[in-house]
Amino acid sequence: MKNSLNRWLLLSLVITLLMTTPIWVLFSFIFEPTNENWLHLSETLLPEYIVNSLWLMFGVAIGTLLFGVSSAWLVSQYQFFGRSFFQWALLLPLALPAYIIAYTYTGLLEFEGPVQTYLRSIFSVASINTWFPEIRSLGGAVLMFSLVLYPYVYLLARSSFANNGSQAMEVSRTLGAGPFKGFFLVALPMARPAIIAGLTLALMETLADFGTVQYFGVPTFTTGIYRTWTGFGDTTTSAHLSLILLAFVATVMLLELWSRRQARYFNSNKKPQDQTLTPLKGRQNLVAFLVCLLPVLLGFLIPAAQLLYWSIATAEEGLNSEFYTLVWNSFSLAFISAIIVLFIALTLAYLKRINQHPLANISTRIATLGYAIPGTVMAIAVMIPLTWLDNSIDEWMQSNFGISTGLLLSGTLIALVFAYTLRFLSVSLQTIDSGLEQIKPTMDDSARTLGASRFKILKEVHIPLLKSSIITAFLLVFVEVLKELPTTLILRPFNFNTLSVRAYEMAADERLADSGLPALLIVLTGLIPVIILSKMIGKKHA
Amino acid sequence: MMKWNKPFTYLASSIIGISLSVPVNLYAADEVNVYSARKEQLIKPLLDEFTRESGIEVNLITSKADALLKRLQTEGKNTPADILITTDAGRLHRAKESGVLQSAITQALKNKVPVNLQDKDGYWLGLTTRSRVIVYAKDRVKPSELSTYEDLVDPKWKKRICIRSSNNIYNQSLVSSMIAHQGKEKTEQWAKGLVSNFARKPKGGDRDQIKAVAAGQCDIAIVNTYYLGQMINGKDQKQKDAASKVAVFWPNQNDRGAHINVSGIAITKASKNKDNALKLIDFLLSKDAQVWYAKVNNEYPVIKNAELSDTLKSWGDFKSDALNLTKLGELNAEAVRIMDRAGWR
Repeated sequence: MKNSLNRWLLLSLVITLLMTTPIWVLFSFIFEPTNENWLHLSETLLPEYIVNSLWLMFGVAIGTLLFGVSSAWLVSQYQFFGRSFFQWALLLPLALPAYIIAYTYTGLLEFEGPVQTYLRSIFSVASINTWFPEIRSLGGAVLMFSLVLYPYVYLLARSSFANNGSQAMEVSRTLGAGPFKGFFLVALPMARPAIIAGLTLALMETLADFGTVQYFGVPTFTTGIYRTWTGFGDTTTSAHLSLILLAFVATVMLLELWSRRQARYFNSNKKPQDQTLTPLKGRQNLVAFLVCLLPVLLGFLIPAAQLLYWSIATAEEGLNSEFYTLVWNSFSLAFISAIIVLFIALTLAYLKRINQHPLANISTRIATLGYAIPGTVMAIAVMIPLTWLDNSIDEWMQSNFGISTGLLLSGTLIALVFAYTLRFLSVSLQTIDSGLEQIKPTMDDSARTLGASRFKILKEVHIPLLKSSIITAFLLVFVEVLKELPTTLILRPFNFNTLSVRAYEMAADERLADSGLPALLIVLTGLIPVIILSKMIGKKHA
Repeated sequence: MMKWNKPFTYLASSIIGISLSVPVNLYAADEVNVYSARKEQLIKPLLDEFTRESGIEVNLITSKADALLKRLQTEGKNTPADILITTDAGRLHRAKESGVLQSAITQALKNKVPVNLQDKDGYWLGLTTRSRVIVYAKDRVKPSELSTYEDLVDPKWKKRICIRSSNNIYNQSLVSSMIAHQGKEKTEQWAKGLVSNFARKPKGGDRDQIKAVAAGQCDIAIVNTYYLGQMINGKDQKQKDAASKVAVFWPNQNDRGAHINVSGIAITKASKNKDNALKLIDFLLSKDAQVWYAKVNNEYPVIKNAELSDTLKSWGDFKSDALNLTKLGELNAEAVRIMDRAGWR
């Protein structure tokens, strides 16, 4: 048995090593000496990058927690008007890429937009300027990110509340605690690992974003990395900036790890029991309705309406056979990537559980760093080792057999899928991990005493119990890949276009209306998994 | 160990599945492979027309210029790309410096394009030009108040100028041209003066600056000509209305002329289809192709005698800066540093 354990550990290390190639590529730049651009940056913009990134993280943390935890709690515990709608509708903003919601709100709220123009027709120009908030600002960016990223917190918090909440609340109620006390003292601490896992995803995605902060004119690490690369043509300094960004991410991860150490709760019940929802009446009913409506309205209904409006205006030209190819490309790419990522995440999460070896634990952590690496940096960091491998194979084949193999991997979809895997492994792993943590280890021990092999435990005990986590993980990655832009743009093969690339090219050319149709389709396609997801959860906790 | 096989079979078969879905026509005989920083809508129709006329297949990847350049560099001699298209001269210069291009432009092609719009060693050619000009609110600014880029630091423009972020390559190129003409110190003073006249923090794209002028948030903006052209000729009524409230002013007409940049083309060092690549360049410099650019994207043709669109005609003739565009590439990093120090975000 000892032998097989080592084999597991080895496998886990090998996967991690492979998954982190781009990070090692980045680290290799540490040994490059800093140049005058670095000096220039540290004198001018670096402090601003750091301060802005910190504020952004802080704001998004508050925003996603407020939207995500409150709605998750209400939906999982109470019966109120619209609950069954909100149960799935709260996930809708997940389908919107942050840069697209940023475009739509800018269109609505900027100085020239319909809202301010209308207000100006009522009040004087000067008075509006003094109080109307500027959407393209740090605060605006915080709001945009919070609106599209809170579903991570909501999704993970809700399943935790649903699994543990009601029983714990019953107990706390019998002990005489009111609903608020019960929430803060019992349910919230129990759901903490799940909430923090969702929050970590949201923060990592915030740090990796380029499109939104660029459009809003908020200088952060990602805009700095891009600017150093394009403006100075200086890859070394942008790699150095990326490393500082990674240090930020590592800090977030350590915090998460620390938070999980602090508290690991296992629900000792074998099966989540049927929930009993407390009905809400009168004003409470209305408040619950409004609390859930707000994020759906701001995070989905309003921007989707704007996109729909733009789409209708351009549908005649936009809807052709080429467009269906885009849909097919996006869909199949997302599907294949999500399957592969899921498989690797399951392997790693499971290896970590059975190894209980600090090395396995750390290596799993490192494997998920990719999520916070901006897509552009990730694409380059994938391109470098893959083309190196291709060129080496080509050279070897040339000198030994006189055959040129050209670029086997780097110019194909394999490069793209590899990059997606590195980038989104974290999404999958966090979900599987937090699901796995709710299955108590004693269950493994019992199965082991009964002579079940580890694989059999995985197949017959964990996977059935993990089913909802597995589907969630698959769907989250599916939607992520669908929305993903920078990596796709940089690594795609010849004549291969996706919806997000089309939406971006239109938007980058400042043809927002023309980007409406592909953007809307990303959203609509993203809805399919969201609906499946909610159906599934609905069945379980109806 | 046997139990491992099943999942690995899934993984292996999905990888094979992906590989099979890669188009195999990459190895077709009569083809040319293009890496383009021009967006698909602004290049594909012309490439399709080229295929119809010549029978040569064109394979296309569009992306950002710097990413394409990086891809060319890492792919090295195995790159499938024959052609690189960018939307500014600075990137072409950078590509030349990094050794991924070849000096393959024939004399016949060179003769079609003005000397300052091409590389002196035959590495690249401009395909279209665009100018970065001043647009002003017709109702609040008289054209007689405007004169040069240099004049924009005058205190009379305090809180009246809109311009996008210094991350933008067109601003970097404009500042590079200032350095080329005025030197570093004067340009830095100019940049500081300009920043102190900003009506708001730089944000959004060029169209946003035009919209801000139309809405009264600022009185003048510095933008590329074709953005205004697209707003005038687009379908969005609000943008049309905004565009109708502003007019183009050609700066520096009494001295060096208005700043221009090109979208340009080059042949890669590792090109395996050089003849086809040259045929494509020849096609893109044909009268029809040049007129198409003028009509569809309101860019100025580089060849003589190509007809302008009505919008371009309405803006009138102008004197353009004859600076060799190679300078824009050489001075780009210095320009970024100057803008950083000036607080131009």
